[in-house]
Amino acid sequence: MEIPMPPSGSNALLELLKEYAPEAIPGWALVLTVAFVGVGVGLGLVSFLALLSVWLERKVSGHIQCRYGPMYTGWHGVLQPLADGIKLIMKEDLIPLGADRPLFMLAPALVLGSLFAGLTALPFAPTIYFADIQLGVFFIIAMLSVSTIGVVMAGWASASKWSLYGAMREAAQVVAYEIPLGISLLVPLMVVGTFNMIDASATQAGWFGMKWTVFQNPFVIPASILFFVAALAETKRAPFDLPEAESELVAGFLTEYSGIRWSFFFMEEYAAMFLMSAVAAIFFFGGFESPFTALARDGFGEYSIVHLLVAHATLFGKALFGVFVMMWLRWTLPRVRIDQVMTMGYKYLTPLSLLCVLGAGIWEAIRIQLF
Amino acid sequence: MTTQGASPAVPNEAEGAANLRGSISLPEEGRTLPSGEKEFMLDVATSDLEVNMGPQHPATHGVMRILIRTDGELVTGAQPHLGYLHRCAEKIGENVEWLQYLPYTDRYDYLAAMNNNLGYSMAVEAVMGVEIPRRAQMLRTICAELNRIGSHLIAMGTYGLDIGAFTPFFYAFREREWMMALFEKICGARLTYSYIRIGGVFNDAPPGWLEECARFCDVFEVKWKEYVDLLAMNQIFVKRTADVGVISKEMALDFGLLGPMMRGSGIDFDLRRDMPYMLYGEMFDAGVYDIIVGKGEKGTLGDCWDRFYVRVYEMMESIHMIRWCLENIEPGPVLGDIPKVLRVPNGEAYVAIENPRGELGHYVASDGGKVAIRVRVRGPSFCNVAVTEELLPGTFLADSVAIVGSTDVVIGETDR
Repeated sequence: MEIPMPPSGSNALLELLKEYAPEAIPGWALVLTVAFVGVGVGLGLVSFLALLSVWLERKVSGHIQCRYGPMYTGWHGVLQPLADGIKLIMKEDLIPLGADRPLFMLAPALVLGSLFAGLTALPFAPTIYFADIQLGVFFIIAMLSVSTIGVVMAGWASASKWSLYGAMREAAQVVAYEIPLGISLLVPLMVVGTFNMIDASATQAGWFGMKWTVFQNPFVIPASILFFVAALAETKRAPFDLPEAESELVAGFLTEYSGIRWSFFFMEEYAAMFLMSAVAAIFFFGGFESPFTALARDGFGEYSIVHLLVAHATLFGKALFGVFVMMWLRWTLPRVRIDQVMTMGYKYLTPLSLLCVLGAGIWEAIRIQLF
Repeated sequence: MTTQGASPAVPNEAEGAANLRGSISLPEEGRTLPSGEKEFMLDVATSDLEVNMGPQHPATHGVMRILIRTDGELVTGAQPHLGYLHRCAEKIGENVEWLQYLPYTDRYDYLAAMNNNLGYSMAVEAVMGVEIPRRAQMLRTICAELNRIGSHLIAMGTYGLDIGAFTPFFYAFREREWMMALFEKICGARLTYSYIRIGGVFNDAPPGWLEECARFCDVFEVKWKEYVDLLAMNQIFVKRTADVGVISKEMALDFGLLGPMMRGSGIDFDLRRDMPYMLYGEMFDAGVYDIIVGKGEKGTLGDCWDRFYVRVYEMMESIHMIRWCLENIEPGPVLGDIPKVLRVPNGEAYVAIENPRGELGHYVASDGGKVAIRVRVRGPSFCNVAVTEELLPGTFLADSVAIVGSTDVVIGETDR
């Protein structure tokens, strides 16, 4: 079967510049320009996603709890995250006396930086991306793990016992849940046959935009649930928010942080939620593909501007829905205990995800043999 | 932090002691244990971590401080420290007039101020031997039981917070808000009521108040089912609280636990039934209410879940009592025959009532003057919190929060 692939190894902005820029400007300058534009857009995107998620979280939690959430700053409080951000920037930059200063200052930067690096691998539309990495999803998962180091660093450097507990929990939890996270992701990877996120999405085109991996192979459905649970633990969201467990550890690894450094951790959390949801959307739930995308492709042509816009909206819509489900869970469920977290990770999620890999592999082998 | 490397070669004891001053001395490597095994020593010395949970901590329900010694996530020792909220309440009682002390009783268990008013008033009335009009007794029962619901709502909501569920707290406050609005209508205050006073109640219920009470009961019954489904039967919640902080019957008796703490351990004892006061005996005979006793439904008898279960289901019993009072209330006076300037005759009395947290006892002694010569309060939270010291060692850090939360301690009352 011939799968229509987007033009690989190219960048829309770079192509544009190559076409219209004067001859005198060397090629490396164009690449550098594109890189800077990419960084700017990326930073803007991270900030925007964080602001949007903060607003969404406040509204979701408010409505779940029979209240409105912020209402005074702009329409239904849309400007509230901006007001919060201004407050956080204006706050005094506090570093505790006993803290390990370099590590204390490095930790938020490392956490946010790694997440930002991970976001660069995320495609926006079939031909719009910062980096078309062949091992894209692998890179994202790796970058999310790097942010864990930042959290452990923050906990250690704070010179607070509560922070240390939070860091310990984070380390234990992430080690336990990386395994099922990676393994459950292998299941749809076997179906799509590629690590590249754009190609993975392209393989799911067909069936009027509903040829999602969850509908192609029955073992992808349990794998998607396992991935979601592992992603919750990986992004420290309730019911696995043990590293910052408010009622137990005061604020966990965040106890000594305040102001803009503190907000970095929150930007990381929301960006990680979005990234995890986007990865899940791409590999489990069709990525750019939906009936709308199929309609746009048929009506306006492949890679036309309408098709790209609809594809972009589809992916981000799916990812934001994932973020919403995570918030919904957070405001509904109590927190589990550390031994229960470990038990679940090692005793249930890991073997189950391995079983899913086995089942999906057999299914794929039979499918290839028969069809 | 006291740490020490691998057992150093110590030339002689005196010099070794000087080197190790202020550190924990470790046994020598390769020592033979009583079991005959060679002791295995890591070359990294570890020591327990001592953390102060409180006085400022999100999970200690006020300014309680628990010094916790932990080995990783495991709690190896705990020591509750009280007294951060001591306000000399009992001594004040010996320096102000009888009626003037009433507002101070609001302040010790601020979540159940009506019950405190009731306890103190009944103690003074016992010395005076004054007759309370029936309508006043009805209003007292309604208010005390409404306040019990409010207090248990807080206990339920904050316990959800301790376990990590935020939303039930807001739902609990929604109903509590209505309860407080009801109190505001009847006495003007939302937290410190001073409504029940010596000889009866402060004033009659305003028009329409009793009907609104009945409406509250109807709405609450619907909402209460939501709480049970959302929190009490939630699988994660059950996993977190069942088999945690088990108090056996013997232990409950040894520590003098009362109220939901004791009934959670399966002891069927409630002052409202077993030492009936006011209308509670009559109501029990009429079959209006039952005593909720923990049954160990989800785990061991006497675990945190059982205590929570007792509180949640008691709210429904309170609703039954309020309904009975609303049906049987008749017009009449609300204040007994007491003089403007209160002089309590010579004598003493101890009266215990069932507070939402257990037995609230008031001992008052009078020499016939305008001021008490002794006021003493037996607070349930004070007795209940003592049990944490016994329960915490051997549990996880997260469990310790669940256990402290399940005692439903109000620091204002432990410290008074």
